[in-house]
Amino acid sequence: MAYNLKEIIATKPSRFTSGHRMCAGCGAPPVARMVMRALKPEDHAVVANATGCMEVSTFIYPYTAWTDSFIHTAFECAGATLAGVEAAYQSMKKQGKLQQEGETKFIAFGGDGGTYDIGLQSLSGAMERGHDMVYVCYDNGAYMNTGIQRSSATPKFADTTTSPAGSVIPGKMQSRKDLAKIMVGHHIPYVGQTLGYMNFADLYQKAEKAIYTKGPAFLNVMAPCPRGWGYPTEDLMKINKLAVDTCYWPLYEVIDGVYHISYKPAKKLPIEEFLRPQKRFRHMFKPGNEWMIEEFQKEVDNRWQELLDLEKITNE
Amino acid sequence: MGIRERLSGNEAVAVAMRQINPDVVAAFPITPSTEIPQYFSTFVANGQVDTEFVAVESEHSAMSACIGAEAAGSRAMTATSANGLSLMWEMIYIASSLRLPIILNLVNRAVSGPLNIHNDHSDAMGVRDAGWIMLFSENNQEAYDNTLMAHRIAEHPKVKLPLMVCQDGFITSHSIENIELLEDDKVKEFVGEYHPEHYLLNKKEPIAIGPLDLQAYLFEHKAQQAEAMNNAKEVIAEVAADFEKLTGRKYSFFEEYKLDDAEIAIVCMNSTAGTTKAVVDKLREQGVKAGLLKIRMFRPFPAEEVAKSLEHLKAVAVLDKSDSLNGMGGALFEDVTSGMYVSGKSVPTINYVYGIGGRDTKETDIEKVYTDLAEIAKSGKAENPYRYLGLRREGE
Repeated sequence: MAYNLKEIIATKPSRFTSGHRMCAGCGAPPVARMVMRALKPEDHAVVANATGCMEVSTFIYPYTAWTDSFIHTAFECAGATLAGVEAAYQSMKKQGKLQQEGETKFIAFGGDGGTYDIGLQSLSGAMERGHDMVYVCYDNGAYMNTGIQRSSATPKFADTTTSPAGSVIPGKMQSRKDLAKIMVGHHIPYVGQTLGYMNFADLYQKAEKAIYTKGPAFLNVMAPCPRGWGYPTEDLMKINKLAVDTCYWPLYEVIDGVYHISYKPAKKLPIEEFLRPQKRFRHMFKPGNEWMIEEFQKEVDNRWQELLDLEKITNE
Repeated sequence: MGIRERLSGNEAVAVAMRQINPDVVAAFPITPSTEIPQYFSTFVANGQVDTEFVAVESEHSAMSACIGAEAAGSRAMTATSANGLSLMWEMIYIASSLRLPIILNLVNRAVSGPLNIHNDHSDAMGVRDAGWIMLFSENNQEAYDNTLMAHRIAEHPKVKLPLMVCQDGFITSHSIENIELLEDDKVKEFVGEYHPEHYLLNKKEPIAIGPLDLQAYLFEHKAQQAEAMNNAKEVIAEVAADFEKLTGRKYSFFEEYKLDDAEIAIVCMNSTAGTTKAVVDKLREQGVKAGLLKIRMFRPFPAEEVAKSLEHLKAVAVLDKSDSLNGMGGALFEDVTSGMYVSGKSVPTINYVYGIGGRDTKETDIEKVYTDLAEIAKSGKAENPYRYLGLRREGE
């Protein structure tokens, strides 16, 4: 059945309510809303959230934006916490202690801080053990909740509060970690990389697959941050589109080890198009810093080519 | 009429866990508690329990998974020691604040550093203010019995707090001693079923757990934890009374050994109590009025009852198997002396830090304490109250 956003919104009420305290123009709430919408209406979910912007803005006692069951424990352990919930489900179901209709699904949300960095071990453990759950990383490329500090997801040269663009060191000097590939290395049945694009079709469809694939699944979702990236709040979707069209954030999925690129831009835009609207890359456009843009472009090209190669190899 | 067996402390706890048949066990190996998840895995592999065993990748994840499992509505248990508990520390506080009756068997070992795998109580002392009920066990029998009583206490509606059962690493955990086990069906009946009021897996009532809890509420929530800890005292006594009816084995907040008519006494926890009892018996034969107070319930701390129990003495020595490195004495010493002071009881009291990193504590060491106490009783003065027992001095 063809994807139809209007129909989905009409037939599936949001399970992530308005009234939360996330910033205007933040990429994360649409991610949470669309992922939760991918659940079948009759199914119940338990959501685990790592500490981060999303957690502290959606569940401030005594208010919550989550209509499904929800648990937050700490920063680095959404993976392990949800693994415990899932283990309890398996155990109680097996023993006949849960008598209810429909399925219960397990979805974790963490930012790049809680996922790429402090929570990587907990995530890796949960995926390796094969829990039937989905881990969704909303990747805004820095520790935004504490005030825009660099993470291993921060792109090279980005200006953050712990990798400031100074007169000697021009921003973050290290490349971005490729978390989706690390997850592929766990040989789990489903890994998807996506973002909110073209009426959220890619995000929704990948979320649906991730949730309804038996076993562990991982979604890496780019979620821009207007405060950390420095773009006008109304430009969220424009930034997302540029990330895809420049191949900075390729959309792809890996199903049982086989790569499928979801979208190949007919005309791959130069990386400047993605960098220029963001204040965090402003210093790269100063005279004399052309090398930084060239280097950035080279890395994007290499990673895109690598992905094309992987798709070719794994489909042979 | 009970089953006579010979088991190590770790085996005893694993057997208790098998009989309890928890829904989830999440654990990571660390000496000297490793055997507990090992034995338990065998029960899982052989289908003797219904448990989902989650072989996590760290102790931090072990406690996180236990929190998730318990919040989901199931019974979760784990075991650890020393650095394992240190790594859990963050989650230990979260477990109690979420009011989840998780049961943890702590096989006491020295916390690094430097690295040492042997027994002392520095691990337990690091979480003494974390909102967990803490029961200490002299031997395998007590570790087993405390574990059987754990869920009834922790899950009580007036309590709803996590609970840890402590026993001494190697000394108790690896020593095989006689033990009397209960029959499986009797344990099942005694422990009962767990039906939490609110839980994540209840589709009919979705709940949210673990909020951002700011200035307007956190204080009240912490006060509720404190109230639950106060309530635990009464529940621990009730459960012990039921357990005594079932087994004939009597448990109180503490055990008084030849304390009624004693003039001098030692206060300690776990296996050292066994050594101390032997010394008390010997001294009694020599006409020395020595006694012992062995703390079982360390959290909540029975301050008033301890003060009352010690008030008639001429001198008291509190033995701490962990140094607080604070310039004033160990944790148990602080609790005992605070309890005495607040109750208006004045007995000369000294502190011995002993057994650090598994340093053997022999009967002769304990005898030395009673010799010191006899002198203090005579002079009425407790000078230099922060002392070491069994520490080698330069040149020794």
